[in-house]
Amino acid sequence: MAVSTSKFNYIDCDPELCIGCQICEYVCSYTKNGEYNTYHSRIRTVRVDEVLITAIACRTCESAPCVIACPQKALSQDPVTGTIQLEVPKCDGCAWCIDACDFGAISMNHEAKLVEICDQCEDQEDGPQCVKWCPKEALALTTPDQRAQKSRKKLIKQEIIGPK
Amino acid sequence: MFGYSGKILHIDLSEKKSWVEEKSEDWYKMWIGGVSMATRLCWENITPGCDAYSPDNPICFANGIFAGTPVPVGGKYGLASKSPMTGFIGDSLSGSWLSIALKRASWDGMVIHGASDKWVYIFVDDDRVEFRDASKFLGLGTFATEEGIRDELADDQVRSATIGPAGENMVIYANVTNDGRQAGRTGHGSVWGSKKLKAVSVRGTQGIKVADPETLNRLSFDITKAAQGPHTSKYRILGTSTNVLNMNKLGLLPTRNYQEGVFEDAEKVSGEYLHEHNRVKTIACAQCPIACEQMSMVKTGPWAGAMTGIEYECLFANSSNLGVSDINAAIKLIEIADHGGMDAMSMGISISWAMESFEKGVLTKEDFKCEQYPDGFELTFGDGEAAVITAEMIRDQIGIGKLLSQGTKRASEQIDKERGTESYKWAMHSKGLEPAGYEARGLKTFSLGSAVGTRGPCHNRTAAYDPDITGQVDRFSVDDTRGKLARETEEYAAVYDTLPLCKFIRRCFTGKADRAGAWPMIADLINATTGWDFEYDDIDLIGERAHTIKKAFNIREGWKRTDDTLPYRWMNEPMTKGPSAGHFTSDEELEYMKDLYYKAKGWDNDGMIPKKKLTALGMPDVAEQIGV
Repeated sequence: MAVSTSKFNYIDCDPELCIGCQICEYVCSYTKNGEYNTYHSRIRTVRVDEVLITAIACRTCESAPCVIACPQKALSQDPVTGTIQLEVPKCDGCAWCIDACDFGAISMNHEAKLVEICDQCEDQEDGPQCVKWCPKEALALTTPDQRAQKSRKKLIKQEIIGPK
Repeated sequence: MFGYSGKILHIDLSEKKSWVEEKSEDWYKMWIGGVSMATRLCWENITPGCDAYSPDNPICFANGIFAGTPVPVGGKYGLASKSPMTGFIGDSLSGSWLSIALKRASWDGMVIHGASDKWVYIFVDDDRVEFRDASKFLGLGTFATEEGIRDELADDQVRSATIGPAGENMVIYANVTNDGRQAGRTGHGSVWGSKKLKAVSVRGTQGIKVADPETLNRLSFDITKAAQGPHTSKYRILGTSTNVLNMNKLGLLPTRNYQEGVFEDAEKVSGEYLHEHNRVKTIACAQCPIACEQMSMVKTGPWAGAMTGIEYECLFANSSNLGVSDINAAIKLIEIADHGGMDAMSMGISISWAMESFEKGVLTKEDFKCEQYPDGFELTFGDGEAAVITAEMIRDQIGIGKLLSQGTKRASEQIDKERGTESYKWAMHSKGLEPAGYEARGLKTFSLGSAVGTRGPCHNRTAAYDPDITGQVDRFSVDDTRGKLARETEEYAAVYDTLPLCKFIRRCFTGKADRAGAWPMIADLINATTGWDFEYDDIDLIGERAHTIKKAFNIREGWKRTDDTLPYRWMNEPMTKGPSAGHFTSDEELEYMKDLYYKAKGWDNDGMIPKKKLTALGMPDVAEQIGV
């Protein structure tokens, strides 16, 4: 898998904890579009097989390829949070950003002809709603460094204490 | 209308056409969804008295009221057809993304009529219906078919219900499978096979709106968080397989074709053992924050790599019930059932009938010939390898598999007729359906609940074991409370099966699972979704109406009081070992309890529903149809 070079926060999912319930998608689509529709969720569960299940949202890459790819200059990256901002009037739904994203984290709203990207619920007082709702605490707002630290700790723990 | 689109999609496989039926808000208030609405659709669209495999037997889907919303465990659909096993209503539920896709495609239900002359699958793409060639998916397992269709249609969010080779071969207890979950028990897969219908796939792209999203979100959030606490720990940590040891301790774990209720190797096939040695991951159904499905894998030996979700009912049927103490054989057997698209319970119990028949000399080595064993093999209790070969022969209709693919009732009838034997005495079924994994001889209230079950003896449609196991009543004797208890527990279950909500959430509303603990919040959830004003009593009515339409369906198909019975063994042979030793349910006890039950239901002594009762429930049209 491609690796994000981000220093910014992003929504991370721990595949060992994710049960594939998709509750994150209902909550996301409701928060962003006012109705429950996983087609308009900015976070997507990915079911590779019966047990390999996780969820993916925008990874807030540095020098984000989607921003570079956009021929209409409709996308920009917030220098503080790293989230991708969409200038609605400029977007013509050409989907180049979707092609450019290594994480498959951008989706198309076919009715509105606009792309939809996770903004970490910047308008919500209590932060990303998917993280708030996730029943198994598989989702977290984190940075790649924090995620790596967690992985290192887990690895050492597994090697010393065992898998449980 | 919120929560519903007001539209039922009708599809005709014979004529390859479709049409839309509009239903009124009052109709939805009566039938709600799930098994209730599915049964009602079947009631309205079947030709009464038709053969279950005839084109006149429709396949009826009914969506859930909460599908596609954040209401925990509300992503389920009901499925109904006349059952080829029982000749009565076959109503099943499945936790699934299919229900959500169907909801987003704006269909409250779907009725599939007729039969196709070539193998097809139906693709419902929002409001467009397409009949697509299924020949390239023939012979593929349930999971592989789903993936194949997703690849063909190039959309991850297309959801399918499929049948496996067992359904194509019309194994009578074949299932319909979606997203790794089964609409199981009464043989839906063989009905689909009779129609040459390999799958139903749905893409729904429209958003779902509810009457009061703020309230619905608030309630759902609280229930989601409560579902991580002690009320669900049994399901979350070990899953339902934890029942193996619980049942064994009570002398209720069906062992060697229900000969006994204790298994000496219960530890080796327990949920605890499975968790330690075979668990890969715990996963959830659609929209479920609990997650009880213990994905388990065989790690060593000839079946290494076999993996599927293990639950108690499938586990008992394919371990203790076969005398098999090798957990790997049990996992392999359940995998064959799940991927082949068969009911793992009926499959295991059909194999255990064959094992006992072999040990009693009714079946011989001659009967078990196959390519691998041209002189036949021996099928004895405890032999996991022989059981695995037998299961594959059932799925593929080879040799003895043909007989065993028709379930214990038909297999024993055929053999007894041909050979003058009495294998019906250990054919474990009532109404033609194999029972659940609770030895009813040690659970008197549950023995009543099993005998009167509208789809046969079932642990999902009645919770009558609950008063027995919790000690509310003496589980070894009968008294005049049992009729009322059987009624209450089956109507309680019918509420959950109709909304539908998974019953594992029942303690998460307030901590108490009884009606007083759950009904007020269920009413709030319904009202926030639909804008209705349901109260406590309306929730009771949901359950009573759901159960009544199922019973009325059976009456119209010729049900008689004598159909409410138990397997011969449960009524004639006391167990000899363990804490339930010495017990069985006598004919006298059962008839006494049936009297009490029919009375508690407000029915006459023949078990028929009087006109007065049907009118009071708002079902005068049903009264007219069944001639009362």
